[in-house]
Amino acid sequence: MSAVVVSGVDKIFSTGKAARVEALVGIDLTVEQGEFVSLIGPSGCGKSTLLRLIANLIEPTAGSVTVNGKPAHQARLDQDYGMAFQQAGLFDWRSVTKNIELPLELKGWDRTNRRARALEMLELVKLPEFASHMPWQLSGGMQQRIAIARALAAHPPLLLMDKPFGALDEMTREHMQAELLRICAKTATTVVFVTHSIPEAVYLSTRVVVMSPRPGRITNIIDVPLGGARNDDTREDSIFFQKITEVREALRGSELQLGARGIEDR
Amino acid sequence: MSARLAALARNLGPPLLFGAAMLGLWQLVVRGFDLKPYFLVAPTDIAEAFTDNWHNIWEAMKVSGTNAAVGLAVGTLFGVVLSFLLARFRLLDELVTPLSIALNAIPAFVLVSVFNNMFSSTSEVPRRLMVTIVVFFVVLVNVSKGLRQVAPVHAELMHSYAASGWQLLGKVRVPNAVPYLFTALRIAAPLSVIYAYVSEYFGGAQNGLGSRITSNIVNSKNSVGWAYVGGACILGLAFYLFFALVETIVVSGRVQPSGGRA
Amino acid sequence: MNVPGNPSVAESAVGRRARRSVMFVLALALVAAGWELYKWLGPENGGEIFGWKLLPRAKDRVMPHVVDIITRFADPINPSSNVGQESVFSVVMKGVWFSFRLVLAGFGLGLVAGVLLAVLMARLRLAERAILPYLVISQTVPLIALAPLVASWGGKLELFGWEWPRWLTATVLGAFLTFFPIAVGTLRGLQSPSAASLELMDSLAAPWRHTLFKLRFPAAVPYIVPALKLGAAGSVIGVVVAEISTGLRGGIGRLVIEFMRRSNDPAIVYTAVIGAAALGLVMAGLVALADAVFMRNRPKEASA
Repeated sequence: MSAVVVSGVDKIFSTGKAARVEALVGIDLTVEQGEFVSLIGPSGCGKSTLLRLIANLIEPTAGSVTVNGKPAHQARLDQDYGMAFQQAGLFDWRSVTKNIELPLELKGWDRTNRRARALEMLELVKLPEFASHMPWQLSGGMQQRIAIARALAAHPPLLLMDKPFGALDEMTREHMQAELLRICAKTATTVVFVTHSIPEAVYLSTRVVVMSPRPGRITNIIDVPLGGARNDDTREDSIFFQKITEVREALRGSELQLGARGIEDR
Repeated sequence: MSARLAALARNLGPPLLFGAAMLGLWQLVVRGFDLKPYFLVAPTDIAEAFTDNWHNIWEAMKVSGTNAAVGLAVGTLFGVVLSFLLARFRLLDELVTPLSIALNAIPAFVLVSVFNNMFSSTSEVPRRLMVTIVVFFVVLVNVSKGLRQVAPVHAELMHSYAASGWQLLGKVRVPNAVPYLFTALRIAAPLSVIYAYVSEYFGGAQNGLGSRITSNIVNSKNSVGWAYVGGACILGLAFYLFFALVETIVVSGRVQPSGGRA
Repeated sequence: MNVPGNPSVAESAVGRRARRSVMFVLALALVAAGWELYKWLGPENGGEIFGWKLLPRAKDRVMPHVVDIITRFADPINPSSNVGQESVFSVVMKGVWFSFRLVLAGFGLGLVAGVLLAVLMARLRLAERAILPYLVISQTVPLIALAPLVASWGGKLELFGWEWPRWLTATVLGAFLTFFPIAVGTLRGLQSPSAASLELMDSLAAPWRHTLFKLRFPAAVPYIVPALKLGAAGSVIGVVVAEISTGLRGGIGRLVIEFMRRSNDPAIVYTAVIGAAALGLVMAGLVALADAVFMRNRPKEASA
């Protein structure tokens, strides 16, 4: 069973003032269990929209989204995925531990199990000494790690991430990318990851999905055969640079193919 | 001199000096121009009248203070309960909000004249009712705002958890609204004192600060009247400081200690 | 639930406003219905809940029917006498108009004074540190306490040989209550620009007054407008309470007290109360107008 199946999906936003925004057109995408798939494309290409469709935060105008073998709506009700956003979005009135416990509270876990799982997740993201701290006492990178811990607290099979490292500086980003891979390897989670950064997409993913400017289409899917055990040396690997170039050219190509305004002229 | 002491001096010094200067100026103007008491009373005369009449002033403060406290408690309770209902049921919100905005604009004091007729002439209820209504609206407006202002990322997060409306209320809206409740209390507390004793200007039982102020002025005992005004000021300040203190204690762990100014 | 990133079909602005007006009228109707319901069910001479005398008297002499209140407006002010044949509506409106002009004057005065003081405090750190604590405290300290004191100034005021007109005390009290929230709000607004914006002005070698007019004041608008609402309410309260304390003839405040004393005319006091309410609403309406005009192009407050 595939982790995510997006089939024939269109998404059109109508804002009521006779303005129709065609965000996504004809999206077909299958993500297998254990994959790490990045969505990359120019601003406004609909990659965040696609992620939200998978998360069932919005509904497609046409087509279907299946997560973990069920319709996306059911998957959300069953809590089959965890989500991390660009802002960590921690509750500033809760301690770090209580923030991680949030999804477990909502699922009705009892206090002992909640606490145990939260501490386990803190160990996983290597921040156990901050259990009783408040979010404002942590740096941006640390807050994001807590957000990831929260997203994975219920051990969902799927992790959806919307530019989670966008607000961090370069060195912290690289560190967080390595941490993310380590964590996901340990928990065997499938990941769909939205990013603006080509090196980030290549470093993290098994496949990179390139999207075109609005209306968003998938123009290219690029395999990244860098193997499972990636580390700092991977960033020096020739395949790494090759793939970066491939993705960059695919991005440029998708812009050229579809013209300056993203209007299809085929 | 240590840095903290210097900072304290820098912050407290100017207002204290300014206040002292103003008091001194006041005294000089009254004595210098030989102003009649019905216009302005010298600070020293006020202080004297205050100490002379302390016992009566304290009794009046207790009456007005109790009225204010009762109205504050009841008004806050009703305000919080209704704001919960408004946050949960949109139709109710649409009915109540324009009404509360309108009521906020009108000089509510005039309602006391109506209340005085509704209850017996010796009842404290008109004043307490007046305070309750005023506090109710302040709390309602502020707590509603707090309940309504959910950060988009939190809303999305809870949506991704398929959280119910009640869960969203309890786990996000309510904790978010707590600082707003304290803002409301800080505004409502001194307001409750003001409305408690100004209501007395409109008639009814004559045992609180308001009636004493009026009667003394009317009888040309101006310095005594001003002394009662002083009592009212102290009461209002005390209420304000009490809630400011409670707020500091409750909210202290939550937010980043404020650093410098922007 | 509306989730950001999913714009549902937006209601038109006209539709929203129509709905709000309907809701307001409906709310008023519900209040009137509640009033009548209480009259029907409530105790004639007041009653008790749990031993406390909490229920107001429901009899007609105290709580006239809503219809009676409305019709009272049309009837003459002194039905029994041959002279006072002016309708209550006319009398109340004259009172409202009288007070309205005082409120406007007080509001304007308080606005100017408040803004000037805020600019002073923004300019001089020392001024801010010395004065701001008093401004903050003043919002807790009962300024209304001044009303009876103001009453004793009544008509006997003579400052440096110039006689103080009686209505000026009401205006001054209104100005006083306007002044404080506006000063505090304006100061906060003037200090609101980010460090980055201020550095930009520095890099353009802009003198302080340029920064004031081109950056600080525009940035202060979202802070001044809500303060105007408080100021408007304050000026109405100040003027009305001053009128009551000084017995100022011609204003709505005095009318309220006069009508309250007419024990054989129960509905008339409500007409004055409605008049006073109308005064407040008109001021609120003016401020809302200013809000619409000045905040036209500003982002709306975020709410979920």
